[in-house]
Amino acid sequence: MNPPLFRSAVARQPDAIIYLDGIEMPARSGESLITALLAAGLMTGRSEFDGSPRCGFCLMGACQDCTLWAISGERLRACMTEVVDGMELCRLPPEPGSQNE
Amino acid sequence: MSELHPVVIGAGPAGLACAKALLEAGLRPVVLEENPRPGGQGTRRLSPLMTPEAERLFGHAQAGATARREAEEDRVLAACDWRPGSLVWGIFDNRLAILRDGRHDSLPYDRLLIATGATDRIMAFPGWTLPGVFSLGAAQVALKQHAAFIGSRVVLAGASPLLYLAAAQYLRMGVRHLTIVDAASRAQKRRAAAGMAMTGLSTLIEGLRLLRELRRPDVRRIDGADLVRAIGGERLEAVEIRHASGRTETLACDALAFGHGLRPETQLAELAGARFSFHPQLRNWFPIIDADGRAGQRLWLAGDGAMTGGREAAAYSGRLAALSMLADRAGAASPVTREARALRRRARRLRRFQVHSAGAFPWPHEQAAAMPDDTIICRCERVTAGEIRKAVSSTAGPVEINRVKAITRCGMGRCQARFCGPTLQELTAAASGRPVESVGRLRAQAPLRPIPVGSADEEARA
Repeated sequence: MNPPLFRSAVARQPDAIIYLDGIEMPARSGESLITALLAAGLMTGRSEFDGSPRCGFCLMGACQDCTLWAISGERLRACMTEVVDGMELCRLPPEPGSQNE
Repeated sequence: MSELHPVVIGAGPAGLACAKALLEAGLRPVVLEENPRPGGQGTRRLSPLMTPEAERLFGHAQAGATARREAEEDRVLAACDWRPGSLVWGIFDNRLAILRDGRHDSLPYDRLLIATGATDRIMAFPGWTLPGVFSLGAAQVALKQHAAFIGSRVVLAGASPLLYLAAAQYLRMGVRHLTIVDAASRAQKRRAAAGMAMTGLSTLIEGLRLLRELRRPDVRRIDGADLVRAIGGERLEAVEIRHASGRTETLACDALAFGHGLRPETQLAELAGARFSFHPQLRNWFPIIDADGRAGQRLWLAGDGAMTGGREAAAYSGRLAALSMLADRAGAASPVTREARALRRRARRLRRFQVHSAGAFPWPHEQAAAMPDDTIICRCERVTAGEIRKAVSSTAGPVEINRVKAITRCGMGRCQARFCGPTLQELTAAASGRPVESVGRLRAQAPLRPIPVGSADEEARA
């Protein structure tokens, strides 16, 4: 696994599981999605224009750099969304109907 | 027709002070806030994970004061029509278009206070899109809201008092290996100090106390040095800086936060009909308001989104705006009480402090001219400095920033020019050889945030 981008400032006991592009990862319920991802060394996505990796920039909901999608198709900002156990997320917009496959 | 409740957008210090004054007058304002919790940015509340660490982060006295302030804010909001998680994305004919919990809502208003605060003012530089590079505000938000540091070996760079506040908070929470790269020289700071002392002595003393706290062997402070580039493949590995002497140095790090002061969040104010004027010392556009924050027949603005002033000025201006709303409601032109006069005086003084401190933390506008052509300016649409220069030079007639935006798509992406706008403004001016105030101001357009198509559709049918 990649070294983390974020380093936790408090003791962080994961108590939830979330799925990013189908890959299971531990998280702490109530923490932001971006904390869970960056603490695991994962990117939030890639630039649509040149494919360069992105991990958020402002962390306060303004830059939209950490945009990802719920499997239902809803667009989320990883910095503004709290972890809920069992969440399923995609780094690219899911194809309509793909969750039924 | 019955009177509508006053509406407040933004539950930071300005919006909360306004709501409180309206409640005292027997009104029940609607308070809209994009975040799930009130607080604002500089005074952002700690996440539940961080709350036990408040004393360590803020110090004993400030932690106590913060807890009392937040309890008071909660009492105010409990008496209001409080709607957290409300994203106001457009304003049409005195009606707010709101997205909340994935649902569309439309809210008409008679009197509206917009207190949307400020975000980091960013001068782009090569490599700033690398993972591990964040805004200076983000370094603080990471700690307060995400209970995390942006990295282990952290560089804080740019021109802002936040450099020192963020550094102190990281230090208190246990980060070592901190480097502060302040773009201004010590001589620039000394020159600005007299004006700062005259308008905001206590804030200045607070700043000097932070500098003393940071004087330790494990914190390196570099003055008068600029960012040259961020280096790394898939993520940040080092930052190259240029000292005042011209010598360059590479600092190994895994995180960089940078920023150059604040820019007001004025997009909603613009949609509500505010007009703008250029502030030469702050070198930026601000909405035109009267002494009480009034910006239109139904529109009031307060806090840093109206004029940079900081937390206290925000609270004074928010209360003042409420008094002005109440005077307007009673048919008077403006409030004439002793309280209103005192609020005007205090807010004005604190805002003057910000103008003086712009000398100590200058906006590095001159960097735009020297920026390499391949520097990405718009991180959303991936537009480079070279593309912007080409668009400027190929434009027939007077250069206008909105035209440059339309040609290059710089500022048309997800963030709606929040982070590339200031650089685009300076690049356009530098490339056309004209003063920055004469190339125009980026216009805002609804929707201000990406929203589902269905919401826009519902609004159109409303």
